[in-house]
Amino acid sequence: MSGAITVIAMSGGVDSSTAAALLHAQGEPLVGMTMQLWNQRRLAGLPGMPQPARGRCCSLEDVHDARRVAEQLGIPHYVVNYEESFERDVVAAFAAEYRAGRTPVPCSRCNTHVKFAAFAATARRLGATRIATGHYARVSRDPAGNRYELRRAVDAAKDQTYFLWGLTQEQLAVACFPLGEKHKREVRALAAGLGLRVADKPDSHEICFVPGTDYAAFLDAYAAERGEDPEPGGELVSTDGRVLGRHRGVHHFTVGQRKGLGIAAGRPLYVLRIEAKTRRVVVGQDAELLHRTLVARGAHWIAGAPPSAPVRVEARIRNRHAPAPAWAEPLPGGGLRVVFDQPQRAITPGQAVVLYQEDLVLGGAWIDAAA
Amino acid sequence: MPAAYFDHNATTPLAPAAWEAMRAAYFEQFGNASSIHRQGQAAKALLEAARESVAELLGARPAEIVFTSGGTEADNLAIQGIAALHPGGHLVTTQIEHPAALNTCRELEQRGWSVTYLPVNAQGLVSAEDVRQALRPDTALVSVVVANNETSVIQPIEEIAAVTRAAKVALHVDAVQGAGKLPIDVRRLSCDLLSISGHKLYGPQGTGALYVRRGTRLQPLFYGGHHERERRAGTENVPGLAGLGAAARLAAAELASEAARLTELRDRFERAVLATIPLARVIGAGAPRVPNTSNICFPHVEGEALVIALDLAGFCVSTGAACSSGAVEPSHVLLAMGLPRHEARSCLRFSFGRSSDWPQIEALLAALAAAVERLRALSPGWQPDREPAEARA
Repeated sequence: MSGAITVIAMSGGVDSSTAAALLHAQGEPLVGMTMQLWNQRRLAGLPGMPQPARGRCCSLEDVHDARRVAEQLGIPHYVVNYEESFERDVVAAFAAEYRAGRTPVPCSRCNTHVKFAAFAATARRLGATRIATGHYARVSRDPAGNRYELRRAVDAAKDQTYFLWGLTQEQLAVACFPLGEKHKREVRALAAGLGLRVADKPDSHEICFVPGTDYAAFLDAYAAERGEDPEPGGELVSTDGRVLGRHRGVHHFTVGQRKGLGIAAGRPLYVLRIEAKTRRVVVGQDAELLHRTLVARGAHWIAGAPPSAPVRVEARIRNRHAPAPAWAEPLPGGGLRVVFDQPQRAITPGQAVVLYQEDLVLGGAWIDAAA
Repeated sequence: MPAAYFDHNATTPLAPAAWEAMRAAYFEQFGNASSIHRQGQAAKALLEAARESVAELLGARPAEIVFTSGGTEADNLAIQGIAALHPGGHLVTTQIEHPAALNTCRELEQRGWSVTYLPVNAQGLVSAEDVRQALRPDTALVSVVVANNETSVIQPIEEIAAVTRAAKVALHVDAVQGAGKLPIDVRRLSCDLLSISGHKLYGPQGTGALYVRRGTRLQPLFYGGHHERERRAGTENVPGLAGLGAAARLAAAELASEAARLTELRDRFERAVLATIPLARVIGAGAPRVPNTSNICFPHVEGEALVIALDLAGFCVSTGAACSSGAVEPSHVLLAMGLPRHEARSCLRFSFGRSSDWPQIEALLAALAAAVERLRALSPGWQPDREPAEARA
């Protein structure tokens, strides 16, 4: 094979498999690649971790499915190893964020630091001019044709721009999202119509490298494997500083959490904030979770430069949050302040705030604090 | 475009003579070699002829050959078979074994045996003196590969055998990558057990053999009928073993001439690579090596990407060790030789064989030089700060 090719990242799921089939049907010279990102056997058998290993990420079944779909399409397929990059840029960062009392977004980091970075670089060197994925998102050119724009997917329920806001102009220039104009039900119908073996495969929702949903057990096992001290416990306190109980480590908590606090109170209590330095988890009433303002750092503006004045936006503070009207104002040093028209519930440090104007993604930043 | 195949250490295409023997065994002399009737006798005759051919290739007596399903089973039968007679005893092996031997030893370690994994020097060589020092009163077995599949560096088996013989410790040699490529003579090597695999010498996959020196006690891996002198129960794969026998006869006949031809091709290939590709370095260059193999490090190149680039261009080569998903991991053999991880990931193995000729290798050289240059080039504007660490180092 020579000349320009498109490399498609194939996870073995229905989305990337269908994306591959769509590109193949267009006659694209196509090469499928499956990333090996995490070895589930590493932590198997440590306390809280299943033995034998199980987990979704890079499971043999998924690799098998990707390979069989590629065979069905008649395209070359390779498994490529990005375990080192994934651990450094995604898993270690995930653990550090939880230790710092924040709630990370590993999928965002994977997209910007692994998929559209190390993986895409390899694909480019192999002659790829486009890097395709099964993400639900769209890329367009601005009217003058100078810039690439990231836009929300047609299927609002499946839109994945919350995980793609970190992409640069260079990354968007090669990104190809064949499913951006499709609804999920169309994708499943297409997959079934093409006879793809993965047409009925369930969607994945959990963090791919965490077996099941117990991310805290994963973090404990990961720390133990690396010879780190277990997370020290701390106090659960009320907003006026009264000690209500003890906890087993700040990584067990996220802002807005109600379950698993281990304290009995007359009214439901929620995590309001996590003070990593003092290991204190502050709890209070539901109404105390509401805030109108957030500050964030590491702002990324997809058009390139930040706007010179506050801009009118709809801002999303977590993947399942309906974007809410707000003013977004760049701060010096790559910061960002977002002031919502209406208070928002559980603004969570470590999550991303992503800014939209209708379906256009302006950019985003990492939430530092509610104010 | 038909692919040019430079991965003969992974597997070899079946020799036409082997296929002819298999075809006849499937359709004409078919039978269960244990049956009394003439079809059974015909199958038994094929089986014993194959045993004689394998014995001849290895300088053994036919009765000393136990057929197996391949190299992995032969290694398991040797190592587990000896270990079982010395419960909780001590085994000596090396850090550069094939997983078939290495993971068998690791499993025995889990089950209560103790194992010493000897290091190698920068050339990839085990030292007989290290073997001698590792021996203990309870050492039951020393197991050493004759040449590793990745580097093909030939180990000093005769020196090691002198040590084990003096200490009266059994010696197993994994000769999967040596048989058919090197003159292997079990009497000269003076080993007690020796493994080979059919598909590495142009025989069929799913066949192999273990040489067991006369008088060596061995616990079988599984139980059933009286096949293979009570050492390997189960109806013999007569067609496959007939193929292995034919392949062994061919290998014995062509060994010297093919070794000379491949040595010349390989050396010419390496000279051309070193002359045309900056920084390229031959692994194990100073040590004796199996004639058909060349392992070359291309610093600043991801070996995995280079294999893919060459495959897309129609050339089959290999790198490192594949994990269960098929992704590439840094080779434990190269790491044991002291290569840093990023360099171990930059090595490619080219293993030549009967079909290899110079025009084919010239085409490979051109594709290789172009691919290395392209993979090393940093595309302008392409996130140079996010290049993989191994390409940057």
